Amino acid sequence: MNLAEYLFMFLVFPGLLFSGAAGLVIGWVDRKVTAMLQWRVGPPWYQNFLDTAKLLLYKETLIPKGIARGYFLGMPLLALSAATLASTVLLSANGSTRAGFLGDVIVVVYLLMMPPIALMLGAFSSANTLATVGASREIKLMLSYELPFLLALSVPIVKSGYALKLGDIINYQAANGAVIGSPSGVLSFLAMIFCIQAKLGFVPFDMPEAETELMAGVYIEYSGKALGFFKLAKSIMIFALPVLIVTLYCGGVGSGGVVDIMKGALEYIAIVFIMILIKNTNPRVRIDHAMKFFWGPVAFLAALSCVLAVMGY
Amino acid sequence: MGLRETILSKSIYVFHLSSGSCNNCDIEILDCLTPRYDLERFGITLVGSIRHADVLLCTGSTNRLTVPIIKKLYEEMPKPAFVVAFGACGSSRGLFKDSYNTGQPLDEIIPVDAYIPGCPPKPEAIIGGLMKLIGKIKEKNKGK
Repeated sequence: MNLAEYLFMFLVFPGLLFSGAAGLVIGWVDRKVTAMLQWRVGPPWYQNFLDTAKLLLYKETLIPKGIARGYFLGMPLLALSAATLASTVLLSANGSTRAGFLGDVIVVVYLLMMPPIALMLGAFSSANTLATVGASREIKLMLSYELPFLLALSVPIVKSGYALKLGDIINYQAANGAVIGSPSGVLSFLAMIFCIQAKLGFVPFDMPEAETELMAGVYIEYSGKALGFFKLAKSIMIFALPVLIVTLYCGGVGSGGVVDIMKGALEYIAIVFIMILIKNTNPRVRIDHAMKFFWGPVAFLAALSCVLAVMGY
Repeated sequence: MGLRETILSKSIYVFHLSSGSCNNCDIEILDCLTPRYDLERFGITLVGSIRHADVLLCTGSTNRLTVPIIKKLYEEMPKPAFVVAFGACGSSRGLFKDSYNTGQPLDEIIPVDAYIPGCPPKPEAIIGGLMKLIGKIKEKNKGK
């Protein structure tokens, strides 16, 4: 593969253009299902495209006086490029099991950690009190969910004979059945769903941007293009994280034939639906409750599943 | 219709400012987002930060304490931005017209694009005012 092909992959097909569009559509599914659960009609399917286009094309980008401009404007770009790269690696490994490289699971985990870190640094550099409170909550939340996330993530790796390559994990599941079919797989899948919810900042764990108490928290000083980049990065995360779950637990989104792709799409939609239902049936918890929840029951669940996986269940 | 006209008139983020209102208008604004009227259908969302807003929705008769805040918020809004005067007080100071404390109406402080009269305005009147605002946005960005 040459540079032009890599650039095409990053910017157009599994990358920025495709993942961005898919993420905005999934964001609309979230808004529409939320509206239907509240007996409302909800926005049309292109609403998120209009919102993002408005921020990227027409709105002014304001920079507060006396702040670190480099950090403030660089962090949205970092978040967007990290999320896009994570999505590209995930989807290309799904497309062809030989496309990945050794250790791409670890690379994906690192890349998925970058958008929250970028958001936190951007919020600190904007020198706003509410943004600072939001950013400190973002750090605490990240410290909380990373431990069970990594423990749960090790289950598919252990199950597939310590394979550190997404393609090998998919191949193992194609030969021996999905990881979610085993007891350890079910437990770690449950822990993973909660971690994903927190990673996306969905409602029980949306303390960093608590819209009623912190007024958008970490995003409060961002406007125009910078805000648009953050929103787009979040949309790509909303698209990519369920793909990660389907890849690790249900044998990939599929690339061999129509039936395979339909099965992958159904699993994907089911996981998105679970996330939206959790979002709509829970109130926001306090940050110390979230920390207790993740380091207590969820970490225990993930550790138990890890032990079971090593024992061969 | 031009692209700019379409996008700006169909995606409206509203920042709600109470410049000394009696809270009645504020309750009516929230009513518009409930199932019966559901303004999210038209792409209208309430946002918490003035930096995200397209429309400044100002309720209440402006008084001496809130005038500097209104001016500051208007300057902090990323342009293109629009202002809506909400309720009888926001539009014309209402029954506080001769009060010692309300110096000037909202449209003498910042430029106002649409007025929604009523005390408080009914949700139907709010949707009517919204159509006036969308007309104004389209007029300002015609053919761009």
